[in-house]
Amino acid sequence: MIQLLYDLVFNYTLRNVALGSALLGIVSGVLGCFAVLRRQGLLGDALAHAALPGICIAFLLTGSKSPIVLLIGAGIASWLGTLLILRIVNDTRISEDSALGVVLSVFFGFGIMLLTFIAKRNDANQAGLDKFLFGQAAALVASDVALMALLGGVALLIVVLLYKEFKLLTFDPGFALSLGYNTRQLSVLLTSLIVVAVVIGLQTVGVVLMAAMLIGPAVAARQWTNRFSTMIILAGVFGALSGLSGALLSVTQTRIPTGPMVILSMTAITFISIIFAPNRGIFWDWLRRKRHGKNYLQKAMNEWDTQRAAKEGRL
Amino acid sequence: MSSGVVIILTGVLVASACAVLGCFLVLRKMAMLTDAISHAILPGIVAAYFFAHGPNILAGFLGAAIAGLITVVLIETLQNTRRVGNESAIGIIFPAMFALGTFLVSKFFANVHLDTDAILYGNIEFSSLDVLFINGVNLGPQSLWIMGALCIINFSFVIIFYKELKLATFDPGLAATLGFSPVLIHYALMSIVSVTTVGAFTAVGAILVVALMIVPAATAYLLTDRLPRMIMLSVLVGSLSAFLGYWLAMLLDASIAGAMVSVAGVLFGLALLFSPSHGLVARWLRVEEQRNRFASEMLVVHLLNHEGSPEFASENNIHHLRQELRWSDEFTKRVLRRAHNEGLIQQRQDILELTETGRQRAQLVIAR
Repeated sequence: MIQLLYDLVFNYTLRNVALGSALLGIVSGVLGCFAVLRRQGLLGDALAHAALPGICIAFLLTGSKSPIVLLIGAGIASWLGTLLILRIVNDTRISEDSALGVVLSVFFGFGIMLLTFIAKRNDANQAGLDKFLFGQAAALVASDVALMALLGGVALLIVVLLYKEFKLLTFDPGFALSLGYNTRQLSVLLTSLIVVAVVIGLQTVGVVLMAAMLIGPAVAARQWTNRFSTMIILAGVFGALSGLSGALLSVTQTRIPTGPMVILSMTAITFISIIFAPNRGIFWDWLRRKRHGKNYLQKAMNEWDTQRAAKEGRL
Repeated sequence: MSSGVVIILTGVLVASACAVLGCFLVLRKMAMLTDAISHAILPGIVAAYFFAHGPNILAGFLGAAIAGLITVVLIETLQNTRRVGNESAIGIIFPAMFALGTFLVSKFFANVHLDTDAILYGNIEFSSLDVLFINGVNLGPQSLWIMGALCIINFSFVIIFYKELKLATFDPGLAATLGFSPVLIHYALMSIVSVTTVGAFTAVGAILVVALMIVPAATAYLLTDRLPRMIMLSVLVGSLSAFLGYWLAMLLDASIAGAMVSVAGVLFGLALLFSPSHGLVARWLRVEEQRNRFASEMLVVHLLNHEGSPEFASENNIHHLRQELRWSDEFTKRVLRRAHNEGLIQQRQDILELTETGRQRAQLVIAR
């Protein structure tokens, strides 16, 4: 344990992996709160898958494997994916659910085709693009982490600056519109920030598991509080915690990829929160039901009714 | 049979088996649930591999079907706690199952043939090499037998339970009152989706299965309003994607499954743009037509309003219209041309006058 803490500070690889995963956890946790409350949790999944062809095209065009270039490509592709989803949902009768499925799978399929096309071109430089599928946190270097910190920092700064607007948009878009805010632009901006979170996550957990990074911390945090600001901070903490523990779990074991371990730690946090969080935890519901019998709510209401009737002099 | 023919045939069978179910998934808004199932069957396959001590088709199907049903039940349970929305429930469960699967694979089976690439892209390329032997008799490629069987199962399922599926899809309330259990139909559909997914999984991989279920069905949904026609179109689009996808993959020397999905995506894009009833172009034209018609009706009503009044000359002046109705110059020109062509107005220098037809039209509009 002491050794582990020592390594966390002084071991180059472990430090990068842990920092990178924790950073991703914070950014996706915070932005996930907006996505989950706006019932757009799965949009992140679609965006992550849609990023793949962008990575391939960026590589084909520039021949460079530098993370900045590839991540810009990823960002553009997943942004186009979002616009396409919105267009399909708004202008045709296809439901949001199917629109997500179509864009997700078609972009991803196209990406797979490009990936294999690149892999077979006998190009010595091609290897390693497929690490974006499942992420490869162990391969993170200091400059990658710095890039993640920069992108994530800008995204978080925008959230802080536009906190009031985003909050209004999330809880009451109609009211926001009536106050004269341009909800369409705000909504596109918020979604673009989610694209940033997805892009940060590509190197660490990969496109396939990214959805959970947005949804899990937010759902877990929602269990512990009814205040939005507290929820956002908690989600960031839960995200960071699962990133950190996932990174440590994967490094201490041989051959275990980081992405899945991060997701599994986060699922554990989410389930513990859903079951045991005070007030909203389902365990307490179960306990109450057990203690007061099956129809305790009904009984409580009857009792309340009787009391009120007595007070009003009806009895 | 040459390997190309086997691959195309397998592709067509996979696409057809998926497309026929896909119609109901799209109509029932369960596309993302299918996505979840296709990821979540991974631990089931790994468990089957573990218990059967190696690759075994029947164990694989069983494991996948069980994992698929567990996923559906878990998602519904989570949703029923009312702490989590439907889409969040999906987004929590399936990555967890998939992460569990990849964890098991990398922990215990790192050396065997269960690599993650095959999970994502499948290996339809080798479908002609896996030959089915029964009692030492060579019966031809295994993939053809599996997908052929799945096709028969899925088509018979849809044909036999057509009425029930249709009713439960379009009006679950009525289905329940008539004594068909929507829950039973839901789970039957989910089981058959899980089984189809695992069959198609070996050929095209986890994510592309979703593409073959959803994309052709969504394409067909843009083209027709009738369910039987939608099913037929969906199967047709799926098969066409498989066929063209093979040639595209040969051309680029790339993943066949990826190419099949890309072709399906192109076909969807064409339908999205050019479908005569529900396409974007048709929609834009319709909106434009309505805008112009409304504008020309505004014009004739305006003219009628001021006809014979003292300010007639100034009100019905072309240049005044721009201020009064706030139309741009270009738009005004277009509306005037349209109204003129329909014989609603005539122009004397800058003054507009109604024709008899125009007057009748304006009165009609006001009466409406």
